[in-house]
Amino acid sequence: MALAENSASEKAHRGFGGHVLYVLSENPITAVAFGLFALIVIVAILGPLITPYDPLESNAARALQAPSADHWFGTDSVGRDVFSRVIIATRLDMMISVAAVALSFVVGSIVGSIAGYWGGWMDAVTGRFVDTIMAFPLFVLAMGIVAAMGNTVENIIYATAIINLPFYARVARAEVRIRREAGFAQAARLAGNTDIQVLALHIFPNALPPMMVQISLNMGWAILNAAGLSFIGLGVRPPTAEWGIMVAEGANFVVSGEWWLAFFPGLALMIAVFAFNLLGDGLRDIVDPRQRT
Amino acid sequence: MTPRTRLILFRVLQAIPALAGVILVSFILTRMLPGDPAAYFAGPAATTESIAEIRAAMGLDRSLPVQFLHYVLDLFSGDLGNSLSTGQPVLEELARRLPASLELTFTALLLSCGIALPLGIAAAVNQGSWIDHVCRAVVTAGVSLPTFFTGIVLVYVFYYLLGWAPSPLGRLDFVYLSPPDVTGFYVIDALLAGDMETAWGAARQLILPATTLALFTLAPLARMARASMLQALSSDYIRTARAAGLREGQVIFGYAFQNAMLPVITTLGMVFSFMLGANVLVEKVFAWPGIGSYAVEALVVSDYAAVQGFVLAMAILFVLLNLVIDILYTVVDPRTREG
Repeated sequence: MALAENSASEKAHRGFGGHVLYVLSENPITAVAFGLFALIVIVAILGPLITPYDPLESNAARALQAPSADHWFGTDSVGRDVFSRVIIATRLDMMISVAAVALSFVVGSIVGSIAGYWGGWMDAVTGRFVDTIMAFPLFVLAMGIVAAMGNTVENIIYATAIINLPFYARVARAEVRIRREAGFAQAARLAGNTDIQVLALHIFPNALPPMMVQISLNMGWAILNAAGLSFIGLGVRPPTAEWGIMVAEGANFVVSGEWWLAFFPGLALMIAVFAFNLLGDGLRDIVDPRQRT
Repeated sequence: MTPRTRLILFRVLQAIPALAGVILVSFILTRMLPGDPAAYFAGPAATTESIAEIRAAMGLDRSLPVQFLHYVLDLFSGDLGNSLSTGQPVLEELARRLPASLELTFTALLLSCGIALPLGIAAAVNQGSWIDHVCRAVVTAGVSLPTFFTGIVLVYVFYYLLGWAPSPLGRLDFVYLSPPDVTGFYVIDALLAGDMETAWGAARQLILPATTLALFTLAPLARMARASMLQALSSDYIRTARAAGLREGQVIFGYAFQNAMLPVITTLGMVFSFMLGANVLVEKVFAWPGIGSYAVEALVVSDYAAVQGFVLAMAILFVLLNLVIDILYTVVDPRTREG
């Protein structure tokens, strides 16, 4: 430490990077969350390369076997390897929730920024729109949207994006609004930037950190919602491996004691949600130390 | 008119645009079916004439604003359309199954408030103690648990391993007769009829699904109770109360508690939103014959009228619950108390 104190590299790291390192070392749980997050990303990318068995190949001779050295998570009712299916499902589950969150982030940012920057009737219209979405119990609205638009994976993504939209629109609106008349925004305007340039290039980048926190906190919820929808039979169809549908298929066997069918995909789901929630809390500490709880 | 009554009236008026928005969205959802709804409702064996007939009967040949007007009029006369699979009016079936869902939801809410509020308050009063750590752990774990997964784990542990709970199939084991219908809540009805055995049987069926739902809502309530209690305890009026020499019990329960409850009541709105959604999942896991499992069954057979009827009914229920919460807030808020 003493060596680093006067070195030039320390100066470069002080500020944001240094703060990140400080938070990580202060709060080991955030470091664990980053580790879990990395693990999930790696498993989602490598997917098919690391499965010991074909996740779709059934084999009646080895149906409903308990976890063993051969089949770490056991086998399901038609003899498919649960471990391979949990691994392969990671990519699909992540894809659905990342796509949904990305969609609501982009649309929510645009809608919220416009409402926050210009105010007036645009604010009133978008505000009404967001309030109407929030007037529904959100998961129930997602069910209705998927039922109306058709039972496909894309529509699961759209439905999850729509029910998450209000959160992004609200954060974006609030963050843009408090910076609308800030000194740097006025300066940018005086320098001859158009309103759109001021909003997109000067104000919005400053609203990004709180939006990032929102993404991470929201991601876990998006995963839960998407998995819940497939648990009740929407979107993903069997025999596709997906955590929600695997828990639903395994639920019938729990009453007769074959716990591993539902337990491992459920555990994977829980760990993914847990990782994103912890990550969100950690990111909030980095972005806004005052909100620490 | 007292200021408080005026505030309550204002809240009621505020619920109207939300209700209008909900009805408009449900209308859009019923008209969004891919392809021709008339052809869909006519079934696969339909001829061109029968499709045209259904189109006229459904009013699909008229302009959208006219269709919307008819939709609203039907709605106010209590017509949510007929279920395709059973042919019964959707509203009737929902009304028949609603008590089961309400029994589950209210029991879960009581359970979760009964644990979350004392936990959150104790955590705030003894900040940094072991109970604060327990609260933190519960809050962090609670938001990460998928409801349907918690339910399945509880079934495995308490039904399969320990044998304490009855099999997770509905509200009452088939050896009991359902109690005479008074409130629609089996446990209360059986108690009213003096049938202790049935009441116990119904309560046993209720415990696991209610616990599952309660675990799900515990986290946001405990987190909010702790945060708002902490804020109340650090405020000036508490310092003043302490300086005036009031007993600690009176400071905490007489002053801090009342003010700390306001944000908790506001959180209840969000909690209800989660709960009405989670209800669907819990009812599926425990084969609970409420409106959630009705919607799931309807989804499986693509009975869209029933699903959209369910969505609309839930949304209206949610708007009304929010109204009740707003009114409750006005009543509890010490600042609107008449002096």
